[in-house]
Amino acid sequence: MMNIVVLAKLVPDLVEELTIDASGAALDLTFARWIINELFDDHAIEQGILLKERSGGTVTVIAPDLEGADDVLFTAAAKGADRLIKVRSDFSAANNHAVARAFSAIIKGFQPDLILTGVQAHNDLDGSAGPLLAESLGLPYVGYVSGVALADGKFMVKKEYPGGLIAEMEVTLPAVFGIQAAEQPPRYVAVSKVRQAMKTSSIEEMDASDLDLSGAPEIERMFQPEAAAHAEMLEGTPEEVSAKLVALFKELGVL
Amino acid sequence: MNATEVAERSFEAKVLEAVPDGERLRLCLECGNCSGICPFGYLMLYPPSRMIAMMRADRINKVLETDTIWMCVSCYACTAVCPSKIPVTPGLMTSIKEELLLVGNVPAELQNALANSQRYGNPLGESPRKRADWTMGIQPEVKVMAKHKQPVDVLWFVGDYASYHPRVQSATKALARVLNALGVDFGILGAEENSDGDSQRLAGERGLFEMLAEKNGRAFSKYQFNKIITSDPHAYNALKNEYPALGISYPLQHYTEFLAERIDQIKLLLKRQISARVTYHDPCYLGRANGVFDPPRELLCAIPGVELAEMTHNHSNSLCCGGGGGGMWLDGFQWEKAHVRLSDWRVREAINTGAEVLAVACPYEPPRFEDAAKTMPGADKLKVRDIAELLAEAMDV
Ligand code: SF4
Ligand code: SF4
Repeated sequence: MMNIVVLAKLVPDLVEELTIDASGAALDLTFARWIINELFDDHAIEQGILLKERSGGTVTVIAPDLEGADDVLFTAAAKGADRLIKVRSDFSAANNHAVARAFSAIIKGFQPDLILTGVQAHNDLDGSAGPLLAESLGLPYVGYVSGVALADGKFMVKKEYPGGLIAEMEVTLPAVFGIQAAEQPPRYVAVSKVRQAMKTSSIEEMDASDLDLSGAPEIERMFQPEAAAHAEMLEGTPEEVSAKLVALFKELGVL
Repeated sequence: MNATEVAERSFEAKVLEAVPDGERLRLCLECGNCSGICPFGYLMLYPPSRMIAMMRADRINKVLETDTIWMCVSCYACTAVCPSKIPVTPGLMTSIKEELLLVGNVPAELQNALANSQRYGNPLGESPRKRADWTMGIQPEVKVMAKHKQPVDVLWFVGDYASYHPRVQSATKALARVLNALGVDFGILGAEENSDGDSQRLAGERGLFEMLAEKNGRAFSKYQFNKIITSDPHAYNALKNEYPALGISYPLQHYTEFLAERIDQIKLLLKRQISARVTYHDPCYLGRANGVFDPPRELLCAIPGVELAEMTHNHSNSLCCGGGGGGMWLDGFQWEKAHVRLSDWRVREAINTGAEVLAVACPYEPPRFEDAAKTMPGADKLKVRDIAELLAEAMDV
């Protein structure tokens, strides 16, 4: 019986305008709506459920206690997750180093065979959470995974490389996987099923130890994209333009 | 009984209970009228009459394995022609879509719209905080109830596309200016308004519909007003026929009914001539489903210079624009199956009347018909205008 743990990260919803806070080095998240990291962590949940449906096992979904976490967890239960956990701490100000440490301490206690999480998120400012989590747990990590399978006692993953290359790897469990895409798009669950899950399943709450934010780069300034200086157009025949270009490169010291 | 048989029988029970006159399903004559009139019946593996036959043969599970039911745009054409008066659209078609949804047989496009409706309260995936952004620049200012905090005479339920869709916003603004010109004391819910949920319900998402209806019901109950008007026939259908069963019931009018009641006052304000041959498209959920045929025509005929011409299919025989019952969110899916849009057929009929203007009264229609007109030969001079836009133009407001 495979013990599958999915770390479901939440991210600020980009449908709302983002503003920079008074410090000028972080987002103002006072009015942010937190949603599942749809492009990746939603796929991690789907992949966990698919694996369970195919090979048996249990799926535990664990999420930070941000507004929106209950929705994410109950929706996961409606899809087939067995255990729902919400971890309490001030995650809205946490970086991935802190998230990885906080969750690894809790996940370790579950003795999972595999841990799935989204390969990246739009608010990854200090690297993605997956490898940091693996490091903290002392487990191997494979990222950009787009398929997992248990066959003849071997655990195989598909990893995507740029340029359309896909590698098949045999991995010794336990391990952490950063999910790029589940084998099929995350399923839609009817609201009636989610409402039912709210009645029949419960969310366990656990406390994270104090958040340790160390190790991440310090952010000096965060700002909206600023209009850069205008491009200078080089005019003339192709020969003239290339001569100007070469002169320019020399002037800039790259030739 | 084995498990499959139980599923078969429970589906029949579900249809019989889905609507008050669901029992009439037993009276099906297998005449096939429903499947014949269905605009996409020729593409459905199991159009309504055949589905009923499958149900009677306890083989509905076969139907659940197919996806062509998603061609149904809940247009009520089948229901309107059934000699046994069977509620085909709200009973049979909606129930089968609910089953498809529960087994996860849902086109991805539709899933997106449903997920957006869950999260944001609108299928477009727009920020709920921006729901009243269209009001900017309108004078006198449009009252948003949460800020206004006073009773109003009329609460305007604006609707999703009327609030957010850039093309439809122009019709919404026109209606706001017309209401102002008439001195109507009206307010809107703004960010507190959620999708009416009717098209989601007809696409099989009953639970989502109830969730949205409850949210709207809570918002209504916070404020004082005498009646609700709406720009959206889908919202009209929900508020009139579905919300009361959930304990949400208010006097209600479509904006065309509301304005037609004030026709004498309006006539005095129509200063500008609109010299054009105009044809009117009956929206399924205003006309066929709810019997509102005359008020939109009265308004059009009141505009000096307008000459009304009817299309071949009009009144209860109107052709669907293709947007109902989830069709609004299945364009890609339906195109793959049909390689034609229902809006194409409608625009061709409009051209054949020799009309210069195709007048509409539903927020789904301006973008659908304008898109069709872009590729339809002979449609280059056809303008699609909401009745509110024509009135605002004639009033010069
Ligand atoms: S409601 Fe319209 S599209 Fe659906 S089955 Fe009936 S006629 Fe066909
Ligand atoms: S039109 Fe009515 S009676 Fe005729 S086949 Fe369809 S459902 Fe049956």
